[in-house]
Amino acid sequence: MSDNKNILFSGVGGQGILLASEITAYALLAVGFDVKKSEVHGMAQRGGSVTAQLRYGTKVYSPLIDPGCADIQMAFEMMEAVRYLPYLHQGSTVIVNTQQILPPSVATGQALYPENVLDELRSRAIEVIAVDAFTIARQAGEVRTANVALVGALSVHLPVDEQVFQDIIESRVPERFRAENMAAFTAGRHAGRRQER
Amino acid sequence: MWLSGNEAIALGAWEAGVRVASGYPGTPSTEIMEHLSGYDGVYTEWAPNEKVALEVAIGASFAGGRALATMKHVGLNVAADPLFTAAYTGGRGGLVILTADDPDMHSSQNEQDNRNYALAAKLPMLEPSDPAESRDFLKRAFVLSEQLDTPVLLRITTRIAHVKGVVAGPGERIEAPLAPGVEKHPEKFVMLPAMARRRRLFVEERMMRCRELAENDSDNRIEDGDRRRGFITSGVSYLYVKEAFPEAAVLKLGMCWPLPEQKIREFAASVETLYVVEELDPFLETQIKAMGIICHGKDLIPAIGELNTAIVRRAIDPGRDTAELFEPVVLPPRPPNMCPGCPHRGIFFNLSRLKVFVSGDIGCYTLGFLPPLNALDSTVCMGASIPMAHGMVKAIGDGAHDKVVSVIGDSTFVHSGITGLINSVYNGSAATLIILDNRITAMTGQQPNPASGTSIKGEPAQSLDLEALCRAIGVKHVRVVNPHEVPECRKIIKEEVERDEMSVIIARAPCVLLPELKLRKPVGYYTNIDNCVGCTSCIRLGCPAISWTPFAEGEAEARGYKKSQKGYSQIDEVLCNDCGQCASLCKFNAITRGEPK
Ligand SMILES: Cc1ncc(C[n+]2csc(CCOP(=O)(O)OP(=O)(O)O)c2C)c(N)n1
Repeated sequence: MSDNKNILFSGVGGQGILLASEITAYALLAVGFDVKKSEVHGMAQRGGSVTAQLRYGTKVYSPLIDPGCADIQMAFEMMEAVRYLPYLHQGSTVIVNTQQILPPSVATGQALYPENVLDELRSRAIEVIAVDAFTIARQAGEVRTANVALVGALSVHLPVDEQVFQDIIESRVPERFRAENMAAFTAGRHAGRRQER
Repeated sequence: MWLSGNEAIALGAWEAGVRVASGYPGTPSTEIMEHLSGYDGVYTEWAPNEKVALEVAIGASFAGGRALATMKHVGLNVAADPLFTAAYTGGRGGLVILTADDPDMHSSQNEQDNRNYALAAKLPMLEPSDPAESRDFLKRAFVLSEQLDTPVLLRITTRIAHVKGVVAGPGERIEAPLAPGVEKHPEKFVMLPAMARRRRLFVEERMMRCRELAENDSDNRIEDGDRRRGFITSGVSYLYVKEAFPEAAVLKLGMCWPLPEQKIREFAASVETLYVVEELDPFLETQIKAMGIICHGKDLIPAIGELNTAIVRRAIDPGRDTAELFEPVVLPPRPPNMCPGCPHRGIFFNLSRLKVFVSGDIGCYTLGFLPPLNALDSTVCMGASIPMAHGMVKAIGDGAHDKVVSVIGDSTFVHSGITGLINSVYNGSAATLIILDNRITAMTGQQPNPASGTSIKGEPAQSLDLEALCRAIGVKHVRVVNPHEVPECRKIIKEEVERDEMSVIIARAPCVLLPELKLRKPVGYYTNIDNCVGCTSCIRLGCPAISWTPFAEGEAEARGYKKSQKGYSQIDEVLCNDCGQCASLCKFNAITRGEPK
């Protein structure tokens, strides 16, 4: 049987999911895994709900994660973590950024943002790790490093050394924000450790 | 190397010694030209549309250069006219046409299966399964094209174009065999009936030779395995089959047209039950059944949308997947939306206040359809907005000029809107046209077009003068407006809609995603909530940076607002892109511009 592992990145177009999934993929490649990643460009990127699907193992064929097969969901937005529940299985890990981005119907007062999203997630047989990436990023000195903070949180759950991630981040982020990104990554790693309920 | 299918194709094109590449953006094909434009030694360009792109490539091939044209699936409809006759002429330098299909319509208006074009135009088609094969097959396509004197189609789909995978590297460019120059070959370049009739025979003979080649082609390979179930498959479907049934025997077709009949017969005879697994149409299945071979196909596998491993496994072995999935939770939908500061928003806000049918087109502005604007009433294909408005006006008859307005983006207008406008003027239409000129092809990721003033490489280029063009066509009333000044625009749109003569309004303001704008000093608008009376004028713009906070019972009075006020609106200063549309609508001085605090 295949030893493939599946990571589903979910969030809202414009949150930096592509960069985060890219860093993760390069880290896994660096330690010798075969990696495939599938993403959607074009229309959906305009503030819509988006995913990037990453699969790694000895040999990966399909670029898509089947429903019920994501081992980890890295959710960049709370409500989106819930939207992709059918992709998870019992025992999956969900790392969820506690940021809320209001969809148009909520922003215009036509619908309500779901309450108690974390409880909703925790009521299922999955491990939930909540990360306040926005605060981490602000403390790191640049709010746009939230996605790298989330990579930090995710990295704790992957069979890759911290240093490998650090090298990749260093080579992939703009030089003038390098220090901020490294700080966000390290703080993210801390926040991503298993949490007691 | 770890590349997307589109990056791998660009690499393959450079390696194959391509001299000229022309394309029109379209998801999921766009990044091929973007990446290729970064390589030395290849001339690349954005053409105004796919027909022009293919014709440029045909010309380059006639001159002996290897040539590539790239487009999305519906782009090949636009380029179908040159395609079907280039099938007769062949070329001199290798000629490859890349079509990127979009099963599931992630970013498209339909999900046609372009393998049907190979059959209809009598052309070989190669179909890779992943990025590594995309690069190899593209290089192979050039060799085949020159060997058989034929254009070759390369078909990819979204899950190849936008999938990243391991590709052997680094690449090496091999200059193509022919030295470009002018040669005359009227017998194959001039398709007058007498010559075309002879080439028609050549085409048949060529497809015969191609069929023989396909029989021995190593890209049409049998992977041995358990013969109780045998699979014939191609493209991305192959990956799903390998994952769902790793033990089974597979005939993988790298060339999906013409088909290796002998090989298929032998494979079919060697397995107990034959399954044909393919996305979209029963293309292989129909041909295989026509050979008199019994097989399963679309009786089990869906013909609509994308496949994945689970779909293939359940269709063929329903007993095997038993795990229960978490139930989906009902949530507010999150459709794509126009960006904060998008110039299109102001125009659609105004149109939503008029009682007109908005004949729309394709681009970011198609999102004007969504609530709260709900101001776009039809979308068919690129360029259709203008002729459709004209058709509606003619069908309705007298007094229809103020009932229909058409809207079109700058790139779409240049792509295929101009001829429609010529028709409207020539045949006496009076429906107002609004050109949403954001200076760029935004929907597909900000590619320059002939009206942008820059080339694919970002170098200065001649910029099409839209006002002069409209006047030259014969439009007497051409007005340019700033879409961010919402009330002012409303006045002008009303005047022109009421006018009983053809008029064009050019709404001009740059796309907020243009790098020049993204880098500017962060100035934006913020709300003085004390002044907000809760009139919701700004909320009705549907801008992602503006949100509504409702008051709880008694909260309005407690906070010093009128008792009847239901809430207030607020701007997210991080998201605001400084367009000022909301401020132009606010009558209560509750929105001000400034640097963020
Ligand atoms: C024949 C065809 N080619 C390409 C596309 C992909 N596509 C959709 S809209 C569009 C252009 C949009 O540019 P523009 O008209 O300037 O509008 P904007 O997105 O900038 O608002 C393209 C290339 C398509 N749908 N059909």
